[in-house]
Amino acid sequence: MVRFVVGRLARGIITLWIVVTCVFVVLRLSGDPAEAMLGPEATPEALEAFRLRYGLDDPLPVQYGRYVGNVLQGDFGSSLQSRRPASELFLARVGATLQLGVTAIALAIAVGIPLGILAALHRNSIVDRLAMALAFIGQSAPSFFVGIMLILLLSLRFNLLPSSGRGSWQQLIMPALTLSTGLLAILARMARSSLLEVISQDYVRTARAKGLSERRVIAAHCLRNAAIPVVTIAGMSIGTLIGGAAITETVFAWPGVGRLTVDAISSRDYPVIQLIVIAVAATVVIANLAVDIAYGLLDPRIRR
Amino acid sequence: MVIGGRTATSPSTGALNAPASAAPTAETLSSFGREVPRHRRRWWVRTLSPLTLACLVILIAAIACGLAAGIVAPADPTANDLRARLQPPAFSEGGSAEHLLGTDQLGRDLLSRVIYGARVSLAIGIFGMLLGALVGTLSGLVAGFARGILDEIIMLLVDAVIALPFLIIALAVIAVFGSSLTILIFVAAFSGWASYTRVARGLVLGAREQQYVLASRALGAGPGRLLFRHIMPNILAPLIVLASFELTSIILLEASLSFLGFGVQPPTPSWGQMVSEGREYLNTAWWIGVFPGVALMLITVSVSLAGDWLRDVLDPALRAR
Repeated sequence: MVRFVVGRLARGIITLWIVVTCVFVVLRLSGDPAEAMLGPEATPEALEAFRLRYGLDDPLPVQYGRYVGNVLQGDFGSSLQSRRPASELFLARVGATLQLGVTAIALAIAVGIPLGILAALHRNSIVDRLAMALAFIGQSAPSFFVGIMLILLLSLRFNLLPSSGRGSWQQLIMPALTLSTGLLAILARMARSSLLEVISQDYVRTARAKGLSERRVIAAHCLRNAAIPVVTIAGMSIGTLIGGAAITETVFAWPGVGRLTVDAISSRDYPVIQLIVIAVAATVVIANLAVDIAYGLLDPRIRR
Repeated sequence: MVIGGRTATSPSTGALNAPASAAPTAETLSSFGREVPRHRRRWWVRTLSPLTLACLVILIAAIACGLAAGIVAPADPTANDLRARLQPPAFSEGGSAEHLLGTDQLGRDLLSRVIYGARVSLAIGIFGMLLGALVGTLSGLVAGFARGILDEIIMLLVDAVIALPFLIIALAVIAVFGSSLTILIFVAAFSGWASYTRVARGLVLGAREQQYVLASRALGAGPGRLLFRHIMPNILAPLIVLASFELTSIILLEASLSFLGFGVQPPTPSWGQMVSEGREYLNTAWWIGVFPGVALMLITVSVSLAGDWLRDVLDPALRAR
């Protein structure tokens, strides 16, 4: 198990290194950072001074080394817009996104997985069909459209919930629902197909043959084995969820990292974009690592 | 990416898919020389449910609209007419037959804009998918066939790409390089290639040890011939199915980018951008945002259902489920 975790950890670190390097390459490809920072009307002297100050005249490998060093120390430079450290802007917003994300994941798990199990246990019944049709639509629906339909119905037509902002718990409902639809649908579909597959296994027949109650067969023999692909998918979806947060936060004016991303990109605020890409990549790598470990705990065969 | 992710579930996907691709071969061999039973004929016709048929019709209609938007659309999608702004659709009160789906905040005909919007979505979707499939399949074939250090490097890249939230990466790329149709197609292709690589590699790993490959190798076939003449046709089905799922996610990616304002730029109409414009008028003119969104959903649901059908037809091993 230790070797397994160390191997995964090494892979995660390599992935992060690739991302950090890509960010460096892409930002250098995009043109002269001095011009990007100071704007088109900067004087040649100012540009020269800037280059000297940030060592942009040094050879690329030296610059790369310094850049990696800064990233490792958590120094991502200052925002071009507000002149405040990029990390400060990021930390101010991350709480809102975490609140939204965690609520959405909890909602997706709490509704999606039972829905999938229910559908599998009543295969081909009306419940199954309805649940799967809903999941299908939920998976293909663009999240911004789901959000807008929610606003149209719940806020504008029936006046039940506030359409934007953050503060009260009512304001959390629609964004969390919107962000969770995709994951919820995938979890329901995966839980169903994975449970169906497990139910037809020999060991389940054996469990039934030795006289266990159906409830015990499902709870003790099926669910744990069916959980493996579901956990994998849930972990892999973290990245998609973070991407989805950019959209959901835009639709509902939720003051989180997603909004920050969109704003930073509109104004080409490179230090902030760079920080967000690296932070998001780190989150995803950690989530995948957690999934791999959960995977190893669920299925001892994977541990080798 | 969501749907791509579903197909390329875990490191074990390759192992799962390998027997799936081998199954039809064994089946064909055992039924060789015998008459094909009646009930197995024209599988694709028997599986064609009314729902699937409806989806295929919608898709064909959408492609036709995209290709012949100039002929199908009743009006110029970019022609402003401020006197006719915010007109409701024909079926609701105050609407006229002149603008079937109503008009937007600048008095542009919404139906025409929705029809022209199909062009952008499908062009980026289809070309992005093809480019991604080409790059991904080739790198997967190479990784699976060559093994060794090349395989390690390719798979390391694939893992890195699959791990990342693509929307954020796409946004960063657009922030740096700007947004044009070409860039968007490349971004779309880049979003999907890794899934093909992973699946193709797994399939090649399974196929290269099959009897028919070993036999042609023994007969002196070179790597190029082995790959493209013998292995490729046998592993194509799952890749085509994957491509159909990738198409949905690319269309959604493009719509999301357009919605955020980083996709195709106005005045060229695209669905995501139209929904975004409609947001400000939800209270007074709901149709501006709703119709393009409905069009988008019709397309994505149709592509997904058509993809499910394609999987049933092309991948007999998965049919049972």
